[in-house]
Amino acid sequence: MKKPLQLFWSFFKIGAFTLGGGYAMLSMVEKAVVDQKKWIPSDEFWDMIAIVQSLPGVFAVNTALYVGHRVAGKKGAFAAMLGAIIPSITIILLLATVFREYRDQPVVERIFKGIRPCVVALILAPSLRMIKSAKVTWKTAIIPVAAVFLIWWCKVSPAYVILAAIAGSLAYALYISNKTKGKEAEK
Amino acid sequence: MIYLQLLWVFVKIGVLGFGGGYAMLSLIQHEVVDHYAWMSTTDFADMVAISQMTPGPISINLATYVGYTTAGFGGSLLASFALCLPSIIMVYFIIKLFMNKRNSSLLDDTLKGLKPAIAGLIFAAGLSMMNMQNFVDFGRGQYNISVIICVLAFVASYFFKANPILLIVLSGVVGFFAY
Repeated sequence: MKKPLQLFWSFFKIGAFTLGGGYAMLSMVEKAVVDQKKWIPSDEFWDMIAIVQSLPGVFAVNTALYVGHRVAGKKGAFAAMLGAIIPSITIILLLATVFREYRDQPVVERIFKGIRPCVVALILAPSLRMIKSAKVTWKTAIIPVAAVFLIWWCKVSPAYVILAAIAGSLAYALYISNKTKGKEAEK
Repeated sequence: MIYLQLLWVFVKIGVLGFGGGYAMLSLIQHEVVDHYAWMSTTDFADMVAISQMTPGPISINLATYVGYTTAGFGGSLLASFALCLPSIIMVYFIIKLFMNKRNSSLLDDTLKGLKPAIAGLIFAAGLSMMNMQNFVDFGRGQYNISVIICVLAFVASYFFKANPILLIVLSGVVGFFAY
């Protein structure tokens, strides 16, 4: 089998069977790409994943593009990306069609009345976990609080909040690196 | 026109979607519910539930769903590809540029600073879904079942890392018997 086709099939299986987002997927990609096919050595794979992870966009798509490109160039990148997203698109199209048909049924409406408050909890919980893992202190707590206030209360687009946060943290990172460089120069 | 709007919205989300599926969820909510009013807040909650229960990246699921409900089959394909488009360009160029600059700590530091803001972004998305449409019995009747569901699901998810699909299914069962 040609490499782009193999890539498509590998990522298709991963896209079709991975529940629970990017990180659950990662171990399956590692298994397929590093262990079984031996397309990419393990250390290089994890180095690149660290970079890919910091890019915006869909993590699974970014990973597929990188692996595909590394293994079989542009064709490979395209094949892997299509493999990663086609299962999602197909399943959602089927479900959305079915849901549109039955959503007004009283039974479905009752079930979703129970589900909606749960969805709210499932969005709030990871955001607080993220604050914990970002090691937010009382001083830096102003950042998430300001973000919440701007978006929720003032209805500012989250896009502007992200842009402002990028500008702010880039300025801070530059300040830190200048400071350490200054110290090195003094020595 | 709707195709152009979908293209613009999801390219924008592909460029600014730092921090994974949930961060993109808050961007999508702003565009789809607040700005263009393509969906009501309950439609959005239902879509999130469906996207979470299906395999594959949640943001692709959301893009497909939004595209389908606003502009049919063509819209679903367009929205999903628009979301991937910035990635295609970025991965191609940035990986070539950064291949040998792994220890560029500037990028790492910038992303670390971004994290608290993204957490706030996601929290705001959750907050703006706390309304009478999603909590149907709030303030009515003597049992606030919707509030109980939300609190229990939060505790199970935050403290015990319970499987989200299991929580959605259980809440659906509770809703079936309670309402």
